[in-house]
Amino acid sequence: MKFPAFDYAAPDSLDEAVALLAAHGEDAMVLAGGQSLMPILAFRMAAPSLLVDLKKVPALDRIDIGAEGVTLGARSRWCDIERHAGLAAAHPLLAEATRHIAHYQIRNRGTVGGSLALADPAAELPGVAVACDALLTLAGPGGERHVAAAEFFLGPMTTAIAPDEILTAVHFPAWPENRRWAFQEFARRKGDFALAGVALHYDLDAQGRARDMRIGVIGASDRPHRLHAAEATMNGSAVDAATIAAAAAAASTEVSPMEDHHAPADYRRALVATLVERALQEAAS
Amino acid sequence: MSAPNRLIGSALERVEDLRLLRGRGQFVADINRPDQLHAAFLRSAVAHGMLRGVDAAEALSLDGVHAVLTARDLGSPMPLLPIRLQPLPELEPFCQPMLADEKVRYVGEPVAVVIADSSAIAEDALDLIAVDIDPLPAITNRDQAEAAGTLLFPEHGSNVSMRWNAVKGDADAAFEAADYTRRETFTVQRHAALFMEPRGFVAEWDTDAEKLSVWGAAKVAFANRKILAATMGLERDQIDMIEGDVGGSFGSRGEFYPEDFLIPFAARHLGRPVKWVEDRREHLMAANHARQIECDVEIAATRDGKILALRGTNWTDNGAYIRTNGSIAPRNAAQFMSGAYDIEHIRLTSYSLTTNKTPTGTYRGPGRFEPDFVRERLIDLMAKDLGLDPLDVRRRNLVPADKMPYPLATMTPFESVTSLDSGDNHALLDRCLAEFGWDEKVALQGQCIDGRYHGVSVGCFIEGGAAGPSEDARIVLESDGSFAVYLGSAGVGQGIETIMGQIAGDALGVPFERVRVHYGSTAYVAEGFGSFHSRSTVMGGSAIVLAAEALLEKLRPIAAAALGCALDAVVFDEEGARDADGKAVAFDALSDAPVSAEARFENKKYTYSYGSLAAHVAVDPKTGQVDVLDIASTKDVGRMINPATLNGQSVGSIVQGLGGTLLEEFVYDSEGQLLTGTLADYLLPTATDFPNIRSTVLELAPSPHNPLGAKGAGEGEIIPVGGVIANAVAQALAGFGVEPMALPLSPPNVWRMLQEAIP
Ligand SMILES: Cc1cc2nc3c(=O)[nH]c(=O)nc-3n(C[C@H](O)[C@H](O)[C@H](O)COP(=O)(O)OP(=O)(O)OC[C@H]3O[C@@H](n4cnc5c(N)ncnc54)[C@H](O)[C@@H]3O)c2cc1C
Repeated sequence: MKFPAFDYAAPDSLDEAVALLAAHGEDAMVLAGGQSLMPILAFRMAAPSLLVDLKKVPALDRIDIGAEGVTLGARSRWCDIERHAGLAAAHPLLAEATRHIAHYQIRNRGTVGGSLALADPAAELPGVAVACDALLTLAGPGGERHVAAAEFFLGPMTTAIAPDEILTAVHFPAWPENRRWAFQEFARRKGDFALAGVALHYDLDAQGRARDMRIGVIGASDRPHRLHAAEATMNGSAVDAATIAAAAAAASTEVSPMEDHHAPADYRRALVATLVERALQEAAS
Repeated sequence: MSAPNRLIGSALERVEDLRLLRGRGQFVADINRPDQLHAAFLRSAVAHGMLRGVDAAEALSLDGVHAVLTARDLGSPMPLLPIRLQPLPELEPFCQPMLADEKVRYVGEPVAVVIADSSAIAEDALDLIAVDIDPLPAITNRDQAEAAGTLLFPEHGSNVSMRWNAVKGDADAAFEAADYTRRETFTVQRHAALFMEPRGFVAEWDTDAEKLSVWGAAKVAFANRKILAATMGLERDQIDMIEGDVGGSFGSRGEFYPEDFLIPFAARHLGRPVKWVEDRREHLMAANHARQIECDVEIAATRDGKILALRGTNWTDNGAYIRTNGSIAPRNAAQFMSGAYDIEHIRLTSYSLTTNKTPTGTYRGPGRFEPDFVRERLIDLMAKDLGLDPLDVRRRNLVPADKMPYPLATMTPFESVTSLDSGDNHALLDRCLAEFGWDEKVALQGQCIDGRYHGVSVGCFIEGGAAGPSEDARIVLESDGSFAVYLGSAGVGQGIETIMGQIAGDALGVPFERVRVHYGSTAYVAEGFGSFHSRSTVMGGSAIVLAAEALLEKLRPIAAAALGCALDAVVFDEEGARDADGKAVAFDALSDAPVSAEARFENKKYTYSYGSLAAHVAVDPKTGQVDVLDIASTKDVGRMINPATLNGQSVGSIVQGLGGTLLEEFVYDSEGQLLTGTLADYLLPTATDFPNIRSTVLELAPSPHNPLGAKGAGEGEIIPVGGVIANAVAQALAGFGVEPMALPLSPPNVWRMLQEAIP
């Protein structure tokens, strides 16, 4: 479990970093917190000739909270989110979901950009990103472009990032006051990747009916995605035992869970229904 | 013992801890020799196949690569990994070659060794070796093994390597006459003793002195030296096995593996020190697996719940080869199925199956954890069928104190007769119930509170210890008046330095600070048997008691001369010797030259600790999650040396048992690929998973078989965990009629049982 040989660069600017990637193409890889990349290299599942470390690129670790929402720089770490004074109020769902990510040591290094770029189907942040219509910023040789979370995750460990692009930030639209929300996941041990998880939020209209129901699911398909059918059963309805049951049932049929040695597909399908049910109950209470 | 007992029984802090907690431990990875090279192993990626060729030309041309060893380099006949325990000739055909030669039989089997300037270069070279394997179908389960469509060892004609029998009384007659019988099939999944510090060796061959030094010894250094000497064609005294700090064994680390031979062999071959430290991925496929068993067992009882007999068959999945101690689990699973219970008639057979998986060996409570799951489940099933309270049934059937010593079933082959030595099972059960708070908790039985179903259960166990034949100790009174204790036992992280110091201090009647304990390395004493079968404290500790007596007798004439008194007037105290008038001479004045005495403690009778364990669980029927809310255990060890380290053994043992019951599983696919090859996939309990564990250790019934009265205590509470938790889950889900017959009780498995139970 020793790394294959590679060159290492820690450029001082984003432009330099992008230029290095452009010059080396698929042979170069970006290094952020290294919590996933280092094991990948140790297992020799990848053998890049160059690592481009983002540690000196300025401003990538910023966390901005404003009227338009929350913007996390790609290099902001889980522990930065956890310790940030204003974030829990500005985006409670994001703050809560982050609490479930990995273990203490990993949280001290693991980054937002690394998680989004890695696109593990069970990772929390990608689930929150799709549930919240987050917008991702990619910097490449031709400048910046923005990709909606729904279009960003293409499959397990596959994203819309081109080999010469760097993810610089993710933006979460503003969080209205009184928004209802919940995050529920089920993992075998604390800090493990979840077998499945649900991030949801909605607003209530004057009649107490759910509006803009957004349910993101992780661990239940090859990528994080929204549960549109479950959302549809809830939109315009009161959140009560009957509608919750209907939403849970819809959720269980619209996911296409993978089968692996951690859990069979039918278990994951049932788990999604349970988590949707529990999240809706929690949000309503 | 003659001296007043001050150290034994006190919860001294471990003397090891200061060093270890400050990062000053010396584990094998910390050892470096000048000019050393590094090894990496090419392991088979195919579970079963004919090995047609290994082409290392490209690897050898890589800069920094010194050698690539394959089967051809090891000479003919190929050295085999011998069997250390129960070395029956019938098992020899199943011994593992040090490197695969004609066939590969499991994923992870060593095929070649690369020696290079660094381990990174050695790993680079692995990718350049071309291995030509003609695949054969993989045998991955009992059905395939028995169908014998493919044979791992065609010369043998079957995938059954061995059959073991446990017999007592006349089981068939008892079944015939019984009011009640029930027969069920149980399975325990493959898991392993996952010691935290992976294996490793640094080996150095001194060409001039023709001496080999091997760092990284553990558990059974003397036995391994014997094996190494035989396989390398050396005399034993040409080899020093050196034990440093060891990060856990649990039965697995320290057994002789192919790497134990290959690293020293490479060092001699190249004339340079060679180092190898196992990485976690190879550990999970290379170090012994354990526990996998299927049991078809039947219980017979009277209508009012007196167990009459057990009979049935076990099949252990032994993996691709029979390794050094691979026969222990199958034989134990038959002999110890009756546990702490008075069962007069037994006929159990264990078959060892060869499969295309990692070979197996002992893991804390080998062949004890598995049948305890079977027996405790059968007792609860029986109680339910007969409408009896499972607690009453246990009380009714525990071996009573007045039946001690109580004979267990006799094993063949390698005939072994053994008896529970002493104890009061009922007292331990009652104490366990009191510690647990049974009366309040049992009121929750089967209740649903906040969406989770609650269940409680209790089970009783025995733990064998003190394997013979002997242990040696040597004590030296140094010229500065301190005592050096040299011991053949091994340290595997259990705090042996502290415990042996306590025993020696009391045996000599001197303060703890006066004693230095040295152990584990073959240079210290003539012979040693190491640390397994909960034997170190009993065997090594007893040897110390004898050596201390011998040393004091040697010192007596010296003291008498110094004091000018009669031999029998000499009295030893903390500082030295006194005569009747109070004239004193200090120890350092008695040892112008060091005075040394050696003793051997011989014992072939096992000790049996015993006790009970109660658990309270809550089951989430939607996720299948089993939460352990409380566990209380009791164990009688006869004589407690250090309550603090013992409590650590008990709690740690229970946590490991919970890992094996709820989390850990080696999963193979149908091709024999190991799917759980990382610690993200193989779920080990972590520090936060099971916080509510309480253990109580008692000194009720000293063992009659040793001068300390101590019983082995290193395995104990892991043994009942599977059965007790499974019974608690059955109680919690009794309303659904769920009856667990298989481990692990993972969320998907519990959920599946509920799906099948709900119409
Ligand atoms: C034991 C363990 C448990 C874990 N549990 C969880 C968990 O429960 N939930 C969870 O979400 N995660 C979990 N993780 C993953 C952890 O959060 C990772 O740190 C994270 O997913 C990757 O972040 P990183 O900064 O370490 O990225 P790195 O490891 O440095 O990089 C990961 C990948 O992303 C690429 N990359 C990184 N940054 C960028 C960028 N800005 N632009 C383009 N590409 C980039 C890299 O090239 C690499 O391919 C766990 C990890 C471990 C080791």
